Amino acid sequence: MIITKKKDPNDIIESLQGYKSVYLFGCNTCAEQCKTGGIEEIEQMTATLTENGFEVTGHSLVDETCYEQLARREVRKVPEIKESDSVLVLSCGAGVKTVADSVDETTPVLPALDSLYLASVERVGRFFEGCSLCGECVLTETAGICPHTECPKDMLNGPCGGVSGGKCEVLTENDCAWTRIHGRLKAQGRLDLMKKFRPLKDNSIKLNPRQTLLRGPGSEAHKDR
Amino acid sequence: MDEKSQLQECLENGEFAITAEICPPRGTDVKNFLKKAELLKECIVAANVTDNQRAVMRLSSLAASTLLLRAGVEPVFQLTCRDRNRIAIQSDLLGASVLGIKNVLLLTGDHVSCGDHRGAKPVFDLDAIQLVHTANTLNSGVNLNGTALRGGTALHLGAVVSPDADPWEPEEIKFEKKIAAGATFFQSQAIYDMDKFKRFFEGVKRPGIKILGGILLLKSAKMAHFLNKNVPGVDVPPHLIEQLEGATDELEKGIEIASRQVRELKAFCDGAHIMAISQEVSVPKIIAGA
Repeated sequence: MIITKKKDPNDIIESLQGYKSVYLFGCNTCAEQCKTGGIEEIEQMTATLTENGFEVTGHSLVDETCYEQLARREVRKVPEIKESDSVLVLSCGAGVKTVADSVDETTPVLPALDSLYLASVERVGRFFEGCSLCGECVLTETAGICPHTECPKDMLNGPCGGVSGGKCEVLTENDCAWTRIHGRLKAQGRLDLMKKFRPLKDNSIKLNPRQTLLRGPGSEAHKDR
Repeated sequence: MDEKSQLQECLENGEFAITAEICPPRGTDVKNFLKKAELLKECIVAANVTDNQRAVMRLSSLAASTLLLRAGVEPVFQLTCRDRNRIAIQSDLLGASVLGIKNVLLLTGDHVSCGDHRGAKPVFDLDAIQLVHTANTLNSGVNLNGTALRGGTALHLGAVVSPDADPWEPEEIKFEKKIAAGATFFQSQAIYDMDKFKRFFEGVKRPGIKILGGILLLKSAKMAHFLNKNVPGVDVPPHLIEQLEGATDELEKGIEIASRQVRELKAFCDGAHIMAISQEVSVPKIIAGA
């Protein structure tokens, strides 16, 4: 789950200055769950923009806005998109990028949200950062608790000197990730893993933009939906 | 380059080594900094230069260490992982070497969120143990890629330990990892329970590894309360706070307490590291009373 938060409405209005009409895109997966880009938020945004003198020409609530084929289908199907001065996307940055790549080059596509993190979902409406997408999973050796994600200092070889009463020095409400890793490894009889020197991370694997190509481009790619 | 630092000589000869911390200024006016250095010159073996401590931006610890050298005070160049990636870290260690700096204290560093530039990108490309490993790798004549250096380093590698860490076991594992990575001297977090510190010291001591007990000057009872509330791994016991509260001159009492602690350390430890935080003028008095 990608967690997003709403931008300040004044900032959105500011970013739309100079455009009379706006078309809205929401996302019915992550942003819907975060209450940032589902149907309710699209309606709220429509009301806000209308009150501020913009003409909202319509909206699309795509199942996954980050899915380019779905976005392109919407653009082909809905003439209002092309006729609008601008498009505002209520989804994560990947959704904004996808819509921007799908519409006519001359149409400005703007974000309504800030993208935050990849979350584990405790239950509806309770999200916790779950993975930093570091490119080289260390959970094998850290008992399922990620030091990249849960330690603000990215410590790979144990806690920093700031741990106090088992709490994190930076986020003082949180339990120290390494205190938890230590506790869990100990409970599993695997403390030898913590005693091992963990070498420097290879950051070259994070060279962006990254891509994963399971097949070539072309007509074959258009059959999956 | 080949000569050992005074600190290393002193420790290896089994002499009691006293170091003290000096904080570089928040600007380019170094008059006061050098005045402090002059004060400390005769009574300590080396002075630690902090590296943007508490993530508050100051004059670089490398530059300030070099100023100390010129002033005739041996520096312990403190280097953290917060502001530099592995390229900058190796480069700064080589830089320290050519400038004549021989001691380095290698730390993780406080997070930027503690400091005065909270929007800064926290680097932490390495952690403290990887940092010790990096400096030790340079000492072996190669860089982190295994490429031979054109002229190597012979840095005296230090690290920190927090004997009052809660919980202790993960800190103990890290202490052992720092030794395995190449650290040969340790400066401890401030200690107030000397019996407990002695047990720690006796428990971990071994040939080739030297530990200096950290003495943090208590300037007032208010400061003691602040430390207990805000500084991890520091636990000022109530009887010391009472002594401060009952004193007519709290700073004098704090100096007396620090002197007593240094004296106690002399009985069993390898050295003392005095942190006087902007009261460096009191360091000679602490040492004289010890």
